[in-house]
Amino acid sequence: MLKHELILLKNMMQPGYTGSLQDYERTGGYQALRKVVGKVPPTEVTATVMKSGLRGRGGAGFPTGVKWGFLPKGYQGPRYLCCNADESEPGTFKDRQLIERDPHQILEGIVLACYAIGAESAYIYIRGEFVLGARILEKAIAEARTAGYIGTNILSAGITANVWVHRGAGAYICGEETALLESLEGKRGLPRVKPPFPATHGLYNKPTVVNNVETLANLPHIISRGPGWFASIGSPPKSTGTRIFCVSGHVKRSGNYEVPMGITFRELIYDQAGGMRSNKPLKAFIPGGASAPFLTPDHLDVKLDFESVAAAGSMLGSGGVTVMEEGTDMVWAALRLMEFFYHESCGKCSPCREGSAWLVQTMRRIVAKRGRKEDLETLVDLCKNIEGRTVCAFGDAEVAPIMSTLKYWRPEYITLIHEAEATNLIRPEQIVGRH
Amino acid sequence: MRAIEAPSSHGHRESVMLKEKYQKEIDDIVSRYPVKRSALIPLLYLAQQDEGFVSETAMKEIAGLLRLTPPQVYETATFYTMLNLKRVGKFHLQVCKSLMCALAGSDTVIGWVKTKFGIGPGETTADGLFTLSAVECLAACGTAPMMQVNEDYYEQLTEDKFDRILADLKKDGTCSLKTGPFMWPEAPKAQVKG
Repeated sequence: MLKHELILLKNMMQPGYTGSLQDYERTGGYQALRKVVGKVPPTEVTATVMKSGLRGRGGAGFPTGVKWGFLPKGYQGPRYLCCNADESEPGTFKDRQLIERDPHQILEGIVLACYAIGAESAYIYIRGEFVLGARILEKAIAEARTAGYIGTNILSAGITANVWVHRGAGAYICGEETALLESLEGKRGLPRVKPPFPATHGLYNKPTVVNNVETLANLPHIISRGPGWFASIGSPPKSTGTRIFCVSGHVKRSGNYEVPMGITFRELIYDQAGGMRSNKPLKAFIPGGASAPFLTPDHLDVKLDFESVAAAGSMLGSGGVTVMEEGTDMVWAALRLMEFFYHESCGKCSPCREGSAWLVQTMRRIVAKRGRKEDLETLVDLCKNIEGRTVCAFGDAEVAPIMSTLKYWRPEYITLIHEAEATNLIRPEQIVGRH
Repeated sequence: MRAIEAPSSHGHRESVMLKEKYQKEIDDIVSRYPVKRSALIPLLYLAQQDEGFVSETAMKEIAGLLRLTPPQVYETATFYTMLNLKRVGKFHLQVCKSLMCALAGSDTVIGWVKTKFGIGPGETTADGLFTLSAVECLAACGTAPMMQVNEDYYEQLTEDKFDRILADLKKDGTCSLKTGPFMWPEAPKAQVKG
């Protein structure tokens, strides 16, 4: 098995580690904050993060330091930091563990980011279902406030950084950063048209940075151990550091595994997660959450870094790896994900709102063996009219399961349709359709 | 976000206003934001915690507290699945049905509820104790199948475990099988020497 150093899960792997302030400080916690606040100029902190090559862990993989750099220089009004803890991408459950087991690691990252971008207020937007996580964070914030790491005049350096927890209320789309901001403003979570981007017009129309939980949790380590150290881990220069991959589905040992980026799916699935749960071989896997197109056993040696997965026709996304064994009905699997997207479409853009309903209807028909020959064409046509035609990336995501299963397992669709034709009575519309 | 029903008119809340009951909490929540409207979802949660659902009366009161119009409150309240606009059972069983849980047998879990309690998704038992909802991903894919009951997660469900949870809930209102601070796989145990 691969030997490597854990960064984000290291503390919680120690027996008896509770995630309290005391435990966190004992492992060197808040030393990064002490190192920079009032001592190193904020611009230098941003430069350090840029040099580390850290990219967003939420799904899009945008370079964190560059994102911070987009904030307007010399702007005098308030700026905001939002920690995206909306973790809702099916297949992903890493932020939940980071929040509930080591909350101070995230809080230190949040305060470091506040310092770097000059934000005096930070909101942790946590999905509403994480009631326990929200409580743990609130307790940790209170501890950090008492210790002088959060609040006004932190570490007696005259810097203000307040942090609040804000619970969402059950809407996948609020993980999209502009929908998150709308929701935080007390509105329906509908993504905004971009530009303008949150960097200039974000929360309350003020300059805002939105960063994922895991992204922020990396910051204390980058500041403490230097950008060179971080940039040497993983698959440099473009995919640096470790990532927590969430393995689910038909494996022996599902769960969260922190590994350097650049290991292969084979290593992750067979070495870390113990391989397949039964003697059935692997049939398919989703490499990066429900929004990422399915891949096949031929892709097992693809490296888990942003570029390699993109080159294989999918995306590393949120790090949710779902494994399916031989025998899994791929049309059914695509329908399940399509039902998710149908339920979660926010309704703002017509192609996505209406298209998701059509896709679900057509897919249900096929799975129920009532499909028609022309349905496959209809599916592709619908997908092409959704992809790239919506305000946010949800449209591209929702067509991924169908398009990718059609690409690799088209015969399964055709078999279902043939069975439909063989067993069904002739329907009037079929007679009309035949010449 | 679909199939939203109109708020029930049987919102016979006692005439105690949220403001009278929760003045301190409300002030604290509102003080966190530079713009009042941001306090809307937290206040809707407060109303739900108080009454078990978000009533029209509560929405009107919250509108007044945040200087919003009732439709502004209503448009937000109807968007979010966790805000119940009608009463649900004392225990709201929310079984995840997304693909990752389905691979691990979540449809079977929904089947147990059907066989044991005679309710399907969206239905409540006659005694008002249990409501079943089939919900989308709750971020517990590695420990599937799972369900959330009110605030708590129950994971790696088996039929025995499921039976015990439901029995405990009925008897004690809570169950010790709920997940604590999440970690999977678990941390290695401290090595026992000798």
